[in-house]
Amino acid sequence: MTITVASGKGGTGKTLIATSLALSLGERVQFLDCDVEEPNGYIFLKPEIKEHETVYLSKPKVKIDRCTFCGLCASSCLYNAIAVIKPVKKKVKGKVLFFYELCHSCGACSLVCPEKAIYEEPVEKGTIEKGTADGIFSFVQGRLRPSEANPVPIVKAVKKQIKPDEINIIDSSPGTSDPVVQSVKDADFCILVTEPTPFGLNDLMLAVEMSRKIEVPAGVIINRSDIGDNRIDEYCGKEKIPILLRIPFKRDIAVSYSRGIPLVSAYPEYREEFKKLFDHICRIVGEKT
Amino acid sequence: MKICLTAEGNTLESNVDSRFGRCKWFIIYDTKTDDFEALPNANAAGMGGVGIQNSTLMAEKNVEVVLTGNLGPNAANILQQAGIKAITGVTGKVKDAVERFKKGKLKVDSSTSPTVTPHFGMDKRGK
Ligand code: SF4
Ligand code: SF4
Repeated sequence: MTITVASGKGGTGKTLIATSLALSLGERVQFLDCDVEEPNGYIFLKPEIKEHETVYLSKPKVKIDRCTFCGLCASSCLYNAIAVIKPVKKKVKGKVLFFYELCHSCGACSLVCPEKAIYEEPVEKGTIEKGTADGIFSFVQGRLRPSEANPVPIVKAVKKQIKPDEINIIDSSPGTSDPVVQSVKDADFCILVTEPTPFGLNDLMLAVEMSRKIEVPAGVIINRSDIGDNRIDEYCGKEKIPILLRIPFKRDIAVSYSRGIPLVSAYPEYREEFKKLFDHICRIVGEKT
Repeated sequence: MKICLTAEGNTLESNVDSRFGRCKWFIIYDTKTDDFEALPNANAAGMGGVGIQNSTLMAEKNVEVVLTGNLGPNAANILQQAGIKAITGVTGKVKDAVERFKKGKLKVDSSTSPTVTPHFGMDKRGK
């Protein structure tokens, strides 16, 4: 079972909820932090990291003196990541330009090049850290190298650590962009954390739309449920999205959050709530399969 | 000299399309013969890298100057490397833009530099 905790925007308490859910379910839980640009689950779970793994991706490069500027590499690239500039006598120097932010490291270009002018160079994209933490079975987090732009390969590398027979709780990055889609995709269920404010509702709607597009059933947790209005309720009612839990605002929650104390440590009564929530999710997932 | 304008339609009466990657049409105009050719932009709906595709097309068509509204960084880079000049911020009807160009009233960008970020002309997809 894999559950991804996501939220349409940052600062809704997503990590607080993901870590608390993990701690409430305990023994069989593997926590995977897929917020690879800013992993912060470790602040609450305080893991002991035992293994570091570097994630490499291959970056195509060209030996330009071999190139005949046939253009085959560019036309074979599904992601339009290559431009071949044909030489014009005395005016333009021939070039093969790679746009690495579009490149998916699929290897097609080096394969098709008839002159074997394209070679692949491994580049470090980030790291995966694995360890153990008190109260859960295991802990994994990914970290994107600060110089790298695309978090998706690291998210994928973290997801490779999913143990299908155990309970995997994924903490995704906020928003609805590609790395979030990647974190939610293939999960059995997606928890969307929101706040009852107009912005919260708007971002929730985007997040719901995303989960529907990739066909992952979703439910909502309303954090700071006693501030704001009931438009989230109305929306969820209309769209038939279950509201799994409401966490009212307490000053102490904010304080313990800022100190890195998990919700269920500060308020042990929430353990039961999260266990019930998990049963609820199991029923929903069970009904779907 | 061959110049290329991004256009919303396939005639000289059409308006200049402000997008380079996702414009509807390219009008390739020969300033010597006053002939033109209209090409639909096959990449208009592509996922990404459309400016890259279009820039290489410009080179293939031996275009010397591109007239458009906005240019993304990748497209600007390729045009520059292929020795193609760019004029951005062009608006109005294609035929008027051609006239202004012929009279030397449109200034070539000092260096072919981007005026917008990538994905500028894309439909918002909840990003
Ligand atoms: S396929 Fe090879 S030879 Fe052809 S343009 Fe690309 S790099 Fe050059
Ligand atoms: S590796 Fe694949 S995605 Fe990257 S440039 Fe080559 S063909 Fe394109």
